Parts: sequence; C-alpha cells; structure tokens
Amino acid sequence: MNLQIKAQLQRGDFRLDVDTRWPAQGVTALFGRSGCGKTTLLRIIAGLERVRGAQVWFGDECWQNDSQWVAVEKRRLGLVFQEASLLPHLSVTGNLLYGYKRTPSTLRRLQLPEVSAMLGLESLLSRPVDALSGGQKQRVALGRALLCSPQLLLLDEPLAALDTQTKREIMPFLSRLAQASGIPMVLITHAPDEVQRLADRVMFMCDGRVDDLCTLQQAMAKPDSPLFADEGPSSVLEGELGIADEHGARLFGPEGSQLRVQAPDDANTCTQTSTGTTRLRVLARDVSVALDDPARISIRNHLVVTIRQLHDLPGNRVLLDTFMQDGQTLLIEITPWSAQQLALAAGQRVFALIKSVALMR
Amino acid sequence: MLELSATDWQAIRLTLTLCFFTTVILLTIATPLAWWLASGRSALRVVVQTVVALPLVLPPTVLGFYLLVALGPRGPVGSTLEGMGLSHLAFSFEGILLASVLYSMPFAVQPLLEAFNNLGRRHVEVASSLGAGVLDRFFTVILPLCRGGFIVAATLSFAHTVGEFGVILMLGGSIPGETKVLSILIYEHTEAMNYVAAHRLSLLLLVFSFTVLFVVYSINRRFQVAKV
Repeated sequence: MNLQIKAQLQRGDFRLDVDTRWPAQGVTALFGRSGCGKTTLLRIIAGLERVRGAQVWFGDECWQNDSQWVAVEKRRLGLVFQEASLLPHLSVTGNLLYGYKRTPSTLRRLQLPEVSAMLGLESLLSRPVDALSGGQKQRVALGRALLCSPQLLLLDEPLAALDTQTKREIMPFLSRLAQASGIPMVLITHAPDEVQRLADRVMFMCDGRVDDLCTLQQAMAKPDSPLFADEGPSSVLEGELGIADEHGARLFGPEGSQLRVQAPDDANTCTQTSTGTTRLRVLARDVSVALDDPARISIRNHLVVTIRQLHDLPGNRVLLDTFMQDGQTLLIEITPWSAQQLALAAGQRVFALIKSVALMR
Repeated sequence: MLELSATDWQAIRLTLTLCFFTTVILLTIATPLAWWLASGRSALRVVVQTVVALPLVLPPTVLGFYLLVALGPRGPVGSTLEGMGLSHLAFSFEGILLASVLYSMPFAVQPLLEAFNNLGRRHVEVASSLGAGVLDRFFTVILPLCRGGFIVAATLSFAHTVGEFGVILMLGGSIPGETKVLSILIYEHTEAMNYVAAHRLSLLLLVFSFTVLFVVYSINRRFQVAKV
C-alpha cells in the first residue's frame, strides 16, 4: 500500500513540484531545510491545503483528484504540530477523548488506558491543560491523535519547539509509538538525529522538489549525505539489546559484532525502531582504528570490520566506509596522517575501537 | 416613576422585537462572513470588508435614501416583490429589519473578525483532523473559544439597532406598531413640545446604553478577544 502525492503550486517565489509515492508503513521522514516545502506537502496530504490539480492517494483510497475531495475530518489522520495546540477550554482527558468520541466504535483500535500507558499520561489526566509542561503537552497531543485510531500519522516537527532535555524525554515515546501502534507515520524534521533514530525511509526535499527518496541505510551510505551536515558522518546500527550485566553494561547486536552499551536505559541513544529492534547511533569521529586487537586499553568495544572504501572529506579528514561481520555499515573518521601511517586500503580487515561511553550520546 | 403611555409601550415592544430579530439575523450572517474575511486570501475580501464597514461612515440618511429607492414600489427590489404578488418593503417592519441588519453589520462583523483572527487556524485544523465536521467544529471549538467575541457582537448589534434613527426615518416613516421605534417616538415627542415624555424615554435609553457598553467593556477586559 502506497501513499501517493502529485502536486504543483506556485506561491510568490516559492514553487512546489512533487510527484512521489512511498510505502505506507513504518516511519517516513521528510527531511529538508526550513522553507523547502515539507510542511506544505504535509498539509496537502492532510487536506488542510487544497491545491488545484493535486492528487493524493492513500492505498486505493483517493483523497484528492480533479473530481474528488475528501475533507480532513473524513481522512482518519492523526496530526501533531510543532506546538501541541491542545484545546485550551478542555481538560487533558477532554482533549484526549475529543477525537476518540468522533471515531466510530467499530474503527477504534486504541483505548484510553492503553494510550495513557504508552505515553505516560496517567498522572496528567485530571490536570488542566495550561498546567502542563511543553513536553507533557506534546505527549497529550500525540495521545489525542492516536486515540482517533488514525490510518496515517502526520507529525510536523513535533520536537522542534522543545528544549534538548524535553526532546530526550519524548523521543522514546515517539519510537515506542512507531513500533507499538503499527500506524504508518510521516515525520517532518530538519534534525538529522531524529531521522536516524526514528525513520525507516527518508525523503530529502530541497526548494520545493524531492531530491531523493531512499531507505535510511541507503541515505547513510553516502559520505556527503545531508544527514551528516550537523555532527559529521555517523552510522546507525540495528540489533537486539540484551539485559544489563553487573557493571550496568548491556550487550547489543549479534555474536561477532557484539557491542557493550553502557547506559542501560538511555533512551536517547538506543531507540526502539518500528521493526522491534534497537538502534544505536555511532558518530564516525567516536570510532578509532587499529591494525591489531589492542589488549591493554580502556576501550572495550573492539569489532572486526572490513574496509569497503576510503573517502576524502573536506576539512582534511578521511572517512572509512567499513562493514561489520553481520554486514552492517560502520563509518569511521580519521586523519589522512593515520590513514597513511596504517596504510589502510579497501578490502583490509581492521579493528574498530568504539568507546562504550561514546554510545551513550 | 416611569408613567409610560400605551404608545410608549408599543414603541418599546417594537424596538425590542426589531433589535432581537436584527441580532439573530446578524449573528447568523456575520459569523460565516467574518470567518471568510479572517481566512480568505482573495482581493475580494478587501472589497467586502469595505462594503461592510460603509455604514460606519455614511450618514444614515444616505443608506436610508438608497434603501427607500431600492425597496420602494418602483425600486428594483420592491417592484420584483410586487411582481411576485408580495408587497414592497418601504414603510414596513420587514423593510426596517433589513435596514437594521445592514446598518448594524459592522458592529457584528468587527468583533467576530477580531476574535477569529486571535483564535487563528490551528485549533480548528486540529479539531478537523480529529474528525469534527464543520458544525461540530463551530460548536465545540470556535464558539467556546470566541465566546467573548460573540457576546460583544450580539450586544453591540442589539444596542446599535436601538440607537438607529436616520435610516428608519427615511425608510420606515412613523407607523405605530410597524416602524415607530423608540428613537422616532422621542423625536416626535420633542417636535410636539412634550418634553416630559421625551425625557422619560431618553433617560431609559441612556441607562440602557450605558449598561450595555459597561457590559461590553467588562467582557473585553475579561476575554481580551475583541476590541471595539
């Protein structure tokens, strides 16, 4: 089942020209700078913006074409905006149940207790809306959208207005939601780390056009990926997270490429993805390379990786594109001097040293 | 203290009826109109807004004159009505009701427009995404969140219609029970040098108007949604 959009729009200097489709499952991130047309596209999908000549299909349901128009309230969407936009004249429960009451009982798949537990809302239910913090409001907004049992969840930069601490608090809820609800999500963001933590596929937008639409792994395989603009190259590793040992370290990933992850419940680094595995984000600059397995060293994570390719990066850096024994890509950033000294070349097997503390970021 | 004559009572009843219907009709028309004005992008919006505001600057006699011409037996509206076997609208209650609606329109539209602009789109968009249809959104989101604006619009429409004089004089004449409203009656009492009767009704209107404005400004302070 696909979500399919075709739209052209000229508004002043801004031109939107999109003709795209992607599978309606998992989390699809719309990534691009402010003003690239992400929000306009989302509003067209939602039916908040009626653009002449546009076409929107959700599976075989036509939401908009030349002869047909389905109103927003009939599309069965969940919408969450940057600001929580709770209805100020209703209580938290009133907000949560606003959409639920308007959903035919045969279509209701989620109930209040379930959603409150998923989003940690139990203690907030009786509070007035204006007594909530920014993060709490956003959780209520998420819960409210979920309680309509939507067939598609549209999130327009839901974390952008929150401070770092609150973001860290909401992120696990978002990823749990993507996994537990099974509802396809479209996430608008300009934050690479949100894409890497949550998305299954990324659509890059620029100046009103779709630049690229690919899976997260494909997007991260390019050394010049826009996702690396902020913090430099990084890798996303997926795997199962084991239980904590007596030092609080947890094993991550399959035998042979196993990592020790410190922070047991640090939801900021490890996020549950929509497929049920855990994701770790490793910045390329937090990984070092050794030709032999060093024995007397404080770094505990030593992985055997094979160099696929070396890339010269601007700013006098070298990026090693390597793959681990289970095939997952691990990017390593070193200096040209190190690359030369170690005589690194494609096909070579080396040891990647990842400081376990680096995984807690 | 207030010894009102039967004519006075008749005029009071008529005025209240006129004001009541004017207010009901105005709120029904002004709500969608103000919503459209608050949301539309078209240039037509400015034209409509200007037309709606015209009664604020036009002498009431001008409005009354055009209405008399249009609604009278030879006017386009009046003759069409007569052609359909109905009567024309000059010198009738229906005529001054129509005039009052036009005359008080800016007093209903302006506070609502202000309230809708302050409300913004977001809450309404949220409600529609949560499955609420047009009327549902109006009653569960717009009305409760803009109630200050609605109260001000209703009160001002009512009060402004009470104070209407020139338009009614031009279009309605002074037919007892039909078009002779309080303001006209006061004028007639004065013309007839019956100052005592004119005093009674004038004082009544003065107290009424003060109360209404006092209520409106108190609401404004409380809701901070509409400025008049």
